[in-house]
Amino acid sequence: MNTSTSIKNRLDLLFESKNERILSLYYTAGFPNPEDTIPVLEALQESGADIVEIGMPFSDPIADGPTIQESNKKALDQGMSIEKLFAQLKEMRNKVDLPVILMGYLNPVMQYGVEKFCASCQEVGIDGLILPDLPMAEYLDFYKPTFDQYGLYNIFLITPQTSDDRVKEIDRNSRGFMYMVSSASTTGAKNEITDVQRQYFERIKNMQLSIPRLIGFGISNKETFDQACAHANGAIIGSAFINLLDRSKDLKKDIREFINGIKN
Amino acid sequence: MKVEVDERGYYGSFGGAYIPEMLYPNIEELRLQYMSIIQDRDFQKDFRKLLHDYVGRPTPLFFAERLSEKYKANIYLKREDLNHTGAHKVNNTVGQILLARRLGKQKIIAETGAGQHGVATATVCALMGMECIVYMGEVDMARQKPNVERMRILGAEVRPAKSGSKTLKDATNEAMRHWINNPTDTHYIIGSVVGPHPYPDMVARFQSVISEEMKWQFKEATGNENPNHIVACVGGGSNAAGSYFHYYENDEVNLIAVEAAGKGNATGESAATTVLGTPGILHGSRTLLMQTIDGQVVEPYSISAGLDYPGIGPIHAYLFESGRGKFISVTDEEAMKAGVLMSKLEGIIPAIESAHALAALDYMQYDRDDVIALNLSGRGDKDLETYIKWGGY
Ligand SMILES: Cc1ncc(COP(=O)(O)O)c(C=O)c1O
Repeated sequence: MNTSTSIKNRLDLLFESKNERILSLYYTAGFPNPEDTIPVLEALQESGADIVEIGMPFSDPIADGPTIQESNKKALDQGMSIEKLFAQLKEMRNKVDLPVILMGYLNPVMQYGVEKFCASCQEVGIDGLILPDLPMAEYLDFYKPTFDQYGLYNIFLITPQTSDDRVKEIDRNSRGFMYMVSSASTTGAKNEITDVQRQYFERIKNMQLSIPRLIGFGISNKETFDQACAHANGAIIGSAFINLLDRSKDLKKDIREFINGIKN
Repeated sequence: MKVEVDERGYYGSFGGAYIPEMLYPNIEELRLQYMSIIQDRDFQKDFRKLLHDYVGRPTPLFFAERLSEKYKANIYLKREDLNHTGAHKVNNTVGQILLARRLGKQKIIAETGAGQHGVATATVCALMGMECIVYMGEVDMARQKPNVERMRILGAEVRPAKSGSKTLKDATNEAMRHWINNPTDTHYIIGSVVGPHPYPDMVARFQSVISEEMKWQFKEATGNENPNHIVACVGGGSNAAGSYFHYYENDEVNLIAVEAAGKGNATGESAATTVLGTPGILHGSRTLLMQTIDGQVVEPYSISAGLDYPGIGPIHAYLFESGRGKFISVTDEEAMKAGVLMSKLEGIIPAIESAHALAALDYMQYDRDDVIALNLSGRGDKDLETYIKWGGY
């Protein structure tokens, strides 16, 4: 048994102390500039974000809309890689105590080496992984023991089309939280939440799952964040945050204002 | 050797269904239903009738006398170029559109490289009165203009894929994104033996009509249903998989797969996946893949848009790894010369994809008496501009 599994996962710590209006932000590693990974992370901590998801860029992000595609491409063009990301994250735990999750596609992780990847995650202090193209069956049979060994929670996605039985199965096999994709959609900022979406949020809410739920995809501002929070434990903002980073001349100030604008 | 997909969708260690949860219901629906639909008697009746009356099957097996003389072997061309729409691609689209109807889908999407699969999809959508959107890389739209217009005449909407290398890989990404955004009323007709399980097996089954016919045609032509060698080009690998299908277990039949070496495998401008690739995951399956050491997918290159893909179907990764298939790669130059040679000796202008298969004969070992089946996957009309630009005729 690995000793560090005795350290409590920061996702559990978070949800023990807070279970509503959880705000998670997604951004792409090495975006907008290669050395921005840590400054953005620290600014998020200072501004009061609850969870941070750092995207590992990939050449073929099929679950992503144009904004995140572009950020992936820009980061890769500037030489970003998993190797560099771990080098950047090496000292992050000196200043950052939020739960930090890595999100990305399976192929770059496979090429880095799954076990080596998990070990590096543990070394720098990563709490969870979101790998959208890693199917649950594959995870359970081949990946789970390694993820467990290194104290990594695997976060699963569900969508409006996911059957109740499968939602329950995912609930049984997950830790941390469940990532509710807000509609049948790739990632991308949207301005409103529809009645159909609300019905889906309520259906899942009424299932009395054992783990918290965060709603992501299409959450872009205070209004959509508030609406999502009415049906779940919190929400995840990605593309709208990437757009902000892309425009920003003063990351620290803009990130603070963005987070303030959403939380208050 | 048995070459069969297992219950989890793997050929050996290749295959699977590495898809985001958003596509899970669609893929699961297909996985649970494709075999019972395909094996249904009414489905087979409809499928066979369309292949016969509409596509024009069976396609001839033609003894190419002058090529045989030149190469000192007995070369038979399996004339997939004579199918309606000019390539083997239509075998699969006829099958999938019938399947889509039985699944109750109203809309069709597809990706295309050379445009042959796009045209074959637009064609069956016109036939069935179904809405059709085809994604095509911007670069490919420029080099395969006639096919873009053919799709439009047939009533399909052609959407340019503007991301990445703007070729087949990116068109496939865009089609998958479209499917994520429209999961309930839309069926995605993938054009080769690629993608998540059950696509590779399903497409191979629809294309298997090629080797099914070859068996009786060779029996008639030579008295033996088995040729010594079957040669086919491999982009994703559907025409190859179709022409091998009924011969996998017959180990005396050599299966030769021909990849595009572009300007040469050492030049950085090639699409020869088994030479340059390593195991990885793209478009939902674990297969051989051209990629950087960091796992980013590399942009391939070939003069032939239909072979310009950084992966191969998992069946072919398995044939390569097990040694059941022999892989050869030929350059743009060799393929273009072979295309002109076939034109002059047999009066058949082949698709540049198919010309790669002929060019591979120079690298094969065979005896004077050997019977070689060459799968002529398509005709060269769509490639006239490329032939003219190349000019070596
Ligand atoms: C004539 C022809 N042959 C071959 C191919 C390659 O596809 P596959 O490897 O799936 O047979 C194409 C693809 O567009 C084609 O048009």
